[in-house]
Amino acid sequence: MANKESIRDKVSIVGVGCCQFGENWDQSPSDMIVDAAYEAYADAGIEKPQEQIDAVFTGSIYSNKGPHECGDALKLFNKPISFATNYCATGTDLVRLGVMSIAAGLYDTVLVVGYDKPKDRGVSGPSVVVDRVRDLPQTPAGWFSLAAATYFDKFGASREDLAKIAIKNHANGCLAPKSFLKRQITEEDYFKARIISWPFGLYDSAAQTDGAAACVLTRSDLASSFSSDPILVKGVTVRAGPNPQKDPGNDFLSWKPTAWARDDVYEMAGITDPRGEIGVAQVHDCFSLTELLTYEDLGFCEKGSAKEHIADGAFELGGDLPVNTDGGLKTFGHPTGATGVRMVYENVLQLRGQAGDRQVAGVDGKFAVSHNIGGHPTACGIAVLGRQ
Amino acid sequence: MIGITSYGAYVPRTRLPFAVIGGRPPKEGGPERSVAWNDEDAITQGVTAAIHCLEGLDRSQVDLLLFASTTLPFQEKQAAALVARVLDLGRDVQTADHAGSTRAGTAALRAATDAVKAGSARCALVIASDARMAAPKSGMEANFGDGAAAFLITDGDAIASVDDFHAVTDEVTDVWRPAGHEFVHTWEDRFVIQESYTPNMAAALSGFFEKTGTGIGDYDRVAFYGPDARSHGGALKAAGVTGDAIQSPLFGRLGNAGAAFAPLQLIAALEAATPGQKILLANFGNGADVTSFSTTDQIEKLAPRRGVEWNLARRRVVTSYDDYVKAKGLAATEWDAGTNPGLSATILFRERDDDLSLLGQQCNACGAIQFPAQRICESCFAKDDYSKVRLSDRTGKVVTYTFDFFFPTPNPPTVVTVTDVDGARIHLQVVEIAPEDMKIGQEVEFVFRRIHESGGRPNYYWKGIPKPE
Repeated sequence: MANKESIRDKVSIVGVGCCQFGENWDQSPSDMIVDAAYEAYADAGIEKPQEQIDAVFTGSIYSNKGPHECGDALKLFNKPISFATNYCATGTDLVRLGVMSIAAGLYDTVLVVGYDKPKDRGVSGPSVVVDRVRDLPQTPAGWFSLAAATYFDKFGASREDLAKIAIKNHANGCLAPKSFLKRQITEEDYFKARIISWPFGLYDSAAQTDGAAACVLTRSDLASSFSSDPILVKGVTVRAGPNPQKDPGNDFLSWKPTAWARDDVYEMAGITDPRGEIGVAQVHDCFSLTELLTYEDLGFCEKGSAKEHIADGAFELGGDLPVNTDGGLKTFGHPTGATGVRMVYENVLQLRGQAGDRQVAGVDGKFAVSHNIGGHPTACGIAVLGRQ
Repeated sequence: MIGITSYGAYVPRTRLPFAVIGGRPPKEGGPERSVAWNDEDAITQGVTAAIHCLEGLDRSQVDLLLFASTTLPFQEKQAAALVARVLDLGRDVQTADHAGSTRAGTAALRAATDAVKAGSARCALVIASDARMAAPKSGMEANFGDGAAAFLITDGDAIASVDDFHAVTDEVTDVWRPAGHEFVHTWEDRFVIQESYTPNMAAALSGFFEKTGTGIGDYDRVAFYGPDARSHGGALKAAGVTGDAIQSPLFGRLGNAGAAFAPLQLIAALEAATPGQKILLANFGNGADVTSFSTTDQIEKLAPRRGVEWNLARRRVVTSYDDYVKAKGLAATEWDAGTNPGLSATILFRERDDDLSLLGQQCNACGAIQFPAQRICESCFAKDDYSKVRLSDRTGKVVTYTFDFFFPTPNPPTVVTVTDVDGARIHLQVVEIAPEDMKIGQEVEFVFRRIHESGGRPNYYWKGIPKPE
């Protein structure tokens, strides 16, 4: 494969924005896109986006309007605007497309906007898939929970361990101004809640919300001309994997796309000791077990050992590798197209030291990683950011 | 010799005790009826009975399939054609549905026998299946039962020859269900018995005896359709059937299974029969018909079948009338289920082999078995180089599972698994298992069931059931 370092440090994030996530009954997708993009413009010191933005990468999984929805909302006319969708990895893939376009020398400055508006569908909870007769009506909880029986059986983990992840993320979410759920939960709350798809109960499952997030990317040699504190893109990738529901080689103890994307992006960024070199991580916690498997799949700890590290508090705000510092999908909800960009937003704030009460200490000189996994799960996107 | 070479029965595992209908707790040993549960109907029952009938036999030999039912899930769209695909029969099979009367099952049996006799078919599969709906709390609700019977008719090693047949036909509005109506209607019981059941049965029997020169005493076992236990007893008495010759109608265990009722009694009679016996079967519905059978030495050589007794021994008792009402779709819901028109008929068409026949593929290059059909081998990446293999008659092993409380069903949770079938991985619901009994490595058989009502119509796929010990 081509040069793994072809991206490293060539592109910088000079502005990030995020709308208030939640049940945004009174907002249209355009309203949220404008909130997120204009916050990112302000952060980047962009006053004339119609002149300063060369291209736009936007995407969502619920919208069927394509690139027009974002272009029209932002009045970015006579620009190349692309629309991409890649399950829950959509947001990270948009960042990747933007980064590649700059690294290729095609554009100087691009805008990335991920968004989704599931609450306009009139249903609460997971979406149904209208496809083949046997695929209907499967739910994401049903897909991801399939890993629990085998993992619990082999490694002796249980809902007690998942509860700690849920409690941590609720606590972190209370410290993030733009999160949806700001409520501390107790272990009693966790075990009293109804079951969605065993072993996932209500508090194991991400909320469903509306949201949009944006970032402005530019050539690193131009970054200082924008007003903000630039953050370097060290690596970004996406990987596809087989559908675990029909993959004869799946052991349901980890997710293949994460392992493949991890190997690729760590090589891009030059990470060899993930636990030591990564200072903060936003990982996909559509369900609590997804976060647990991801600790292991990203090399934060050995396969099968996550529950011990959870018990030690390693991934809490005061731990040595805080994960989901803003409360994750659990408290922000999961407007699918927005999520990967929202994670980049949080990691940029953390690396700049602007994360307020949830600021991670000792993140200087370390990498910030964000991770999405989606589909059955069949797609993974990872972005690694750093300061130098 | 033309006759029955194999049989198979299906009775839904679920039983509704009469006590529960009456709002009382179920009592062990009390009267009950079988109930097709929410994912069962005449087609799924008939498929399972047919699979039991065909077990160990070369099903590719079947060249005629007749499906008999008064509760066909589609008024236009042939049940027999669907079932033929599910059973993975050859493309050149003849198919037809027999409908409209509880006599449809014996009419189909006769038609199949005639076809084999005439040489227009060599090997005929006859399926009779019914899941009739009675209005909640009506007398018919406890009287009805659901089930299916299947027979293979060939000119060969028959376990019982099909000998003689006589029918009378009568136009009478005694029991009926207009198009579009859900529940069976009936005129006053005494009218039905006195003016329809009794005279029609008598006419059919006397005509049959006259034609064959036999009398009721010539038959070792006599099986009668009966609208209910009382009239059934009256008809036996009128015909002079006594003692061991009486085939139990299974009221209080199975119930009146409509078009499958007399055929199920025939199976029960065959299960108990020894070589050289004569069986008389009398069926009713817009007239009546009588068929006689003679068992042969072959009956002792047929490998054990899943017949009536095997099915009746498997029980799951409904303890709440509400559960029954929900499972039968009789409870009011906010949204009309299944009105979503989104499910594509063209996708159903393309994926018939996957969804209906449960055909996987075996890669000719590396030998891996995979499901569903795909152009490129998931293991060795060979392209378009595979043979189809039927997975529905294999045993699967559960790789992993979950209990989904969100899947729309009257009785959550739905047990969802990934199941390994000789290397192929299948996303499979497992039914008829308690969550606490679920375990990794659980062995399952495949059973054809309704999976949902998307598009406003029944949609079918395979599910797993625990492999019997």
